[in-house]
Amino acid sequence: MLYFSKLKIVTIYIIILFLSTFSLSNFIDSKNFTLLSKKVNLGLDLQGGSYLLLEVDSQPVINQKLQTKLISLRKFLKEKKIKYKNLKILNKKINFEIPEVDIKKFNTYFLNKENVINEYYNKYQSYEMKYLVNNNLLSIEYTKFGIIELKSLILQHSLEIVRRRIDEVGTKEPTIIRRGNDRILIELPGLDDPNRIKNLLGKTANLTFRLVSEEEDSFGSEFLFHEDGESKSNVSKRIILSGDNLSNAQPGLNNQTNETIVSFTLDRSGAKKFGRITTENVGRRLAIILDNKIISAPQIREPILGGNGQISGNFTFQSATDLALLLRSGSLPAPLNIVEERTVGPDLGEDSIKAGIISLAIGFLLVILYMFYKYKFLGIIANSALIINLVLLLGILTILEATLTLPGIAGIILTVGMAVDANVLIFERIKEEMRTEKSNIHAFDMGYKRSQTAVLDANITTLISAIILFFLGSGPVKGFAVTLGIGIVTTLFSAYFFARHLSSVYVMKNKDKKVSI
Amino acid sequence: MIFKLSKNINFSSFYKKLNILSVCLIFLSVFIILFKGLNLGVDFKGGTLIEVRTENLKTGIAEIRQSFLKMELGDVTVKKFGKEGDYLVKIEKTNSAEENFIKSINDKLSSDLGTIVNFRRVENVGPKVSGELLKAGLLAISLSLAAMLFYIWIRFEWQFSLGAIVAIVHDVVITLGVFSLLSYEINLSIIAAVLTIVGYSMNDTVVIFDRIRENLKKYSKISISEISNISTNETLSRTLVTSITTLLALFSIFIFGGEILKGFSFAMIIGVIIGTYSSIFVATPILNYTKVNQKTVLKEDIENN
Repeated sequence: MLYFSKLKIVTIYIIILFLSTFSLSNFIDSKNFTLLSKKVNLGLDLQGGSYLLLEVDSQPVINQKLQTKLISLRKFLKEKKIKYKNLKILNKKINFEIPEVDIKKFNTYFLNKENVINEYYNKYQSYEMKYLVNNNLLSIEYTKFGIIELKSLILQHSLEIVRRRIDEVGTKEPTIIRRGNDRILIELPGLDDPNRIKNLLGKTANLTFRLVSEEEDSFGSEFLFHEDGESKSNVSKRIILSGDNLSNAQPGLNNQTNETIVSFTLDRSGAKKFGRITTENVGRRLAIILDNKIISAPQIREPILGGNGQISGNFTFQSATDLALLLRSGSLPAPLNIVEERTVGPDLGEDSIKAGIISLAIGFLLVILYMFYKYKFLGIIANSALIINLVLLLGILTILEATLTLPGIAGIILTVGMAVDANVLIFERIKEEMRTEKSNIHAFDMGYKRSQTAVLDANITTLISAIILFFLGSGPVKGFAVTLGIGIVTTLFSAYFFARHLSSVYVMKNKDKKVSI
Repeated sequence: MIFKLSKNINFSSFYKKLNILSVCLIFLSVFIILFKGLNLGVDFKGGTLIEVRTENLKTGIAEIRQSFLKMELGDVTVKKFGKEGDYLVKIEKTNSAEENFIKSINDKLSSDLGTIVNFRRVENVGPKVSGELLKAGLLAISLSLAAMLFYIWIRFEWQFSLGAIVAIVHDVVITLGVFSLLSYEINLSIIAAVLTIVGYSMNDTVVIFDRIRENLKKYSKISISEISNISTNETLSRTLVTSITTLLALFSIFIFGGEILKGFSFAMIIGVIIGTYSSIFVATPILNYTKVNQKTVLKEDIENN
C-alpha cells in the first residue's frame, strides 16, 4: 500500500494541480484569463433573487377546446350522414344520441388513424379522444393521453410567452424551465422585488376588440365590467380583432389630450379587417377588452385604414409600458397561478455569504488545531489532506458550474468535519498495528490495508444519503447534497492518494526511528 | 493483546440500563410528537414566511403583532430573529389569489409602524406544493432508510442490519422528539439534516460492526459480548475523534452561520451526539441479543465465495 510508481505520483499531482487552477479561478478577475472563466454559481439565497413556481390552469382551455370539438363534430356527423340528436357538452364530455344502427358506422369513422377529428398519437399508441356507449347515448371525452398532449401544448405555449415577457423586462440571466406536466419554474437572480414580474405573469393579456351593442345582434351579447369595476357595458360576443393581429405596441403620449396611451400597429390581415369594420360602423362605439374587462370604449369617428391605433384609458406611464409589453409578447393560452414563491433580498444574501465564510473559516481552524493536537506530525498530513480536499471540492464544483447555496456551504463545513474521518480511521489502525509490528513500514502498510473496508463502508453510507437528497431535495437543499456528495469523493481521493503518498514518504524517511502518533 | 489497550471500558455492563433509557426516550419522543405535534414550517404546511427588518430599531414586537392582527390574515406568529429590529413572521395565508399580496402587507406595515420596513426574505408556499414537499421529504427519509438497510444487508448478516436500522430509527425519532419538545420548526433543511444524520449514524455503526466481524473471525473462543467490548474499545478513539471534529464544524455553523442555518445545525448536533451514542449502546447490544457468533460471519464468507 505504500509503494507509488513515478507515474502514479505524477498523475496524482497533475490532478491536484488541474483542479486547484479551477478553484483558483473563482478568486481572480476572469476578464484577463479566458481559460479560467468558469466560476461557481451562487444560489438565489446567496446572491439574492426570486424563485417562482407557476402552475398552468389548463381547465378553461380544455373546456374551450371541447367547445371547438363540438362544432367540428357536428360538421363531421353531417358529412358522414349520421343522424344525431341532443348534441351538447355535459360534465366535460360531448354527449349525443344516435340510432343504434349507426354506432358501428361511427366507430369505423371515429377510431380510424386517418380520420380528421380524432388524432392518433403514434408515440402513445392512443387516440386523442374516446367514446362510451350507453344504449343509444354516446359520450365522447379526452383520453388520458389526449389530456397529456393538450396540457403539454398549453404548457409549451405558456413557456414561450412567459419567456418573452421576462426577456422584455430585461432582468439578468433568468432561468425559465418547465417542471412536470403543468408547471413553470422561474429563477430571477438579483431581483429583490418580484412584484412587477408577478403582475405581468398574472395577466393572460387576452386583448379583443368588440362592438358595444345597443340592440341584440345575431352573435349574442354580454355585460362586461369596465376597469373601474363599477360600471358595465353590453358588448357583442363577436370578436372583431384579437391581440394575435397585433404586430407592435408601444407606450406614448397623445399630443392633443396629453394623456398616456398605448399605440399599436396591426398586421396586414388585421389592418384590412379593422379598416372594413371601422368603415361599416362609423358612429358606433368600439370596446377594447383586456381579460374580460373593458379598458375603454371610444366612438369610431372615422374609418381607421392605416392599421395604426391608440388605446387610452387612465394609464400611468408605468401601466402603459406594461400593457404595451403584454400586447407585444402575446397572450397566455391559460391563466397562471403562483404556487410557490421564494425571494431573498441582496443584503440578506450578502450577510449569508459572510456568515458562511466566517463559520467555514472557524470550523476549519478548530478541526485543524484539534487534529494537530491529537496526531502531531500525522496530524499535519491529515491537515494538508484536508486543505487539498477543500481545494479539490471547490475545483470540481467550478468545473461542474454547480450552484452554491447556503446549505451547500453548510455541506462544505460538514465535509471538513467528516473528511478527517478517513485519515482518523487509518491513523488509529496504524497505531494499533504498531503495537504488534516491529517495522514502521509494515505497520503503516497494514494500517492502510486493514482500514480500507471501514473507510469505504463509512463513506458509502453518507454518499447514499447525499444521492437520495439530490434527487428528492429541492432548491437550496439540493446544493447541500451536491457539496456533501462531491465532498465524499474528494475526501477519498485526498486520503487514499495524497495523504497516503505523504505518509509513505514520511515513513520511508523514518524507517528505524520511533514514530509517535 | 486485549490487556495492552490503554482504554478498556466494559461497555456491555452498561447495555441493560442504557437500553432501558433508550426505550424510554423513544417512547417519550413518540408521545411528545403525537400529542404536541411537530412545528411544520411553511415548506410543509403552506403559508407565507417573511423576514422583516425595521429601520427603526425601537419598533416593538407587540406593535408588529397588532399591525398584522388588523390585516386579518388568519393565524400569524411573530418572533425575534437574530439582530435587533429583525423579525420572522409566519402567516397562514398565501398569495396565490392576488399578485400584490406581499406589497400590500409591506405598505400597511410601514404605515402602521411609521418606519421603513424591509422584507429581507419572503417564502410563499401554496397548499398543493407544501403537500408535495412533505411527501417528497417523507419519501426521501424512507428511501434512505431502505437504501441503508439494503447496503448493510449486502455487506453483513441480518443481525447487523437489524442493529443498524434500530439505531438509525432511534436517532431520527429522538431528534424529532427534541424538535417537537422545543417547538423548533421543521422545514426543508431539517429533512436534509435528518438524512445526513441517517448517513452519519450508519457510518459510525458500520465502523464498529466492521471491527466486530473482523474480531469474530479472529477469536473463536470469545463470547460476542466480549467481542463487542473489545471492538468498541478498539474503535473508540476513532469514534470520539470523528464525532469531535464533526461537532466542532457543526458548532461553528450553529454559532457563526447565521439564523437561517441554526435549525439545521442544531438538528445535526443532536443527531451526531445521539448517533455516536447509539452505535455503541444500541446497535452493538443487538448483536449480543441476537446471539451472533463466529459461525454467523463465517457462513457469510462461504456464501460469498
